[in-house]
Amino acid sequence: MSNDIFVLIEHRDGVVAETSFELIGKAKELAGESGGAAVAVILGDGAATLTGKLGAADRAIVIDGPGVAQFTPTGYTAALKPVLGEHEPLLMLFPNSAVGMDVAAGLSQAADLPLAAYAVDLKLADGQPVVTSQVYGGKINAEMKFTKGRGIVTVIAGSFPADAGQQDGSPEIQSVSTDASDSRVRFKKLIAPEAGDVDITKESVLVSVGRGVEEEDNIELAQELADALGGAVSASRPVVDAGWLPKTRQVGKSGLKVKPKLYLAVGISGAPEHLEGMRDAELIIAVNSDENAPIFSVAHYGVVGDLFDLLPSLTEKIQERVG
Amino acid sequence: MKILVVMKQVPDLADELEISDDGNSLDPDAVTWVLNEFDDHALEEALQLKDALGGSVAALALGSEAVDKALFTALAKGADEAKKVGEFEGGVSSHVAAEAFAAAIGGMEYDLILTGVQAIDDLDGQVGPLLATKLEIPHVSVVTHVEVSGDAKSVTVHQEYAGGVLAEFEVDLPAVLGIQAARATPRYAPVSRVRQLQKEASLETIDGAPSGTSGLEVERLFVPETGGHAEMIEGDEDEAAEKIVNILEERGLLPK
Repeated sequence: MSNDIFVLIEHRDGVVAETSFELIGKAKELAGESGGAAVAVILGDGAATLTGKLGAADRAIVIDGPGVAQFTPTGYTAALKPVLGEHEPLLMLFPNSAVGMDVAAGLSQAADLPLAAYAVDLKLADGQPVVTSQVYGGKINAEMKFTKGRGIVTVIAGSFPADAGQQDGSPEIQSVSTDASDSRVRFKKLIAPEAGDVDITKESVLVSVGRGVEEEDNIELAQELADALGGAVSASRPVVDAGWLPKTRQVGKSGLKVKPKLYLAVGISGAPEHLEGMRDAELIIAVNSDENAPIFSVAHYGVVGDLFDLLPSLTEKIQERVG
Repeated sequence: MKILVVMKQVPDLADELEISDDGNSLDPDAVTWVLNEFDDHALEEALQLKDALGGSVAALALGSEAVDKALFTALAKGADEAKKVGEFEGGVSSHVAAEAFAAAIGGMEYDLILTGVQAIDDLDGQVGPLLATKLEIPHVSVVTHVEVSGDAKSVTVHQEYAGGVLAEFEVDLPAVLGIQAARATPRYAPVSRVRQLQKEASLETIDGAPSGTSGLEVERLFVPETGGHAEMIEGDEDEAAEKIVNILEERGLLPK
């Protein structure tokens, strides 16, 4: 057993994900308290060259082998299980991404380690990890401990600053070659998103619609407002899943991260997955019928009201004012 | 193709959630249970696969009083069977749920298990990968596309990453897929049809009791203190619109 804090480094196409740096930064802080090391764990093709970005970690474990050349949920789980078993870290941190969700839960079951998901904060109390997780669509947080004092955590992106984990130069490297493989899931290829008619990451004004618009036809109300403001319409996941707007307009965890001058969130409750993609907008104005909607916690201005009345009125007043 | 859909109930976020006096659970009296929205997508994807390829769809949920409606709704939408696993009132940890589902599914014949990618209350991880690992079959989460191979021995799936990038995987069956979004909006079941089934049909019950543990101790639940809260704009919609336009004008955000 050790007091080390392990971090899974997520990377794709030769780029280390921002969340990995967020986790390294936090791991360093926690390792300083626990008396252990912050250990970056990286697998797959290109891993050895990417360690040059992981200078903030105390150590890196590079796991290499034919079964982990490309990410697969089962392949990563099979390769990580013995490493966790050998080192028994105090904590292993994963990003709460597709990769993190699959591997963390798989490992929890396979290695019989408890898992705390959706973490937004982490600290140590008497040497034991205390995890704060965001549940119920961001409406309630849960503060938890592991019964046996150690475990796995998946952390929501943006919970910790990336700066603290960003340092060029390679930490001390431990290479592990693995023959672990699980060919039941085979990686075929990465598919880049199709380019859309509008690049919402470049728009300075976004009118963003959520489930509250109720019907496809009502998106027109948001489009009219966006036209009046010289901006574009974006959306939260349910609207895109329903096929009312293309994927290229989706803001959030599985969509795009935007930082416009104005983000008008209309009928968006503000689930954590959505907030991840827009909380850095310069001015956020939210319109929702539910006064307890989490979107109001990140918005600068809020209106509790009926969007079907508010949007046309807003469009009309802007048109009058602009003339 | 035999498809199982694993579903669970979650508290309805449309209602105000209240924390119990013990401070570490939700007040059950204040909770209305609804089907996890992602499980609804899993059911839809299963029904779409059945529509295209034939076979059968069985919906499974942990038994509780509130779950009956979700299972009858699954039947009304076209599921062939709906089964209740054991008796579980209130919230159940994902590890305990996976354990119960694994025990129930162990004796069944199936090619594919679909479930929602996540739920709003799965504090100890997602049921899909936990269940798959327990059953010793492969899994992929955050799936937005499922295509069954010609020999029905594997599926090609897309896993979604940030920025809309997708990975394509080929997965041997049987497997568990955590569905993020079905290929079509989940279908609607007429209330009259659900009511009729509630009167005429019965749900199969599979024995099962809570077993296993999440290994977590919830110390407390609390409403998050946020760094700030929006300044609320009062008045009716017209007045609010006027005030918003003023804010935009002050900040130079109106088109010139």
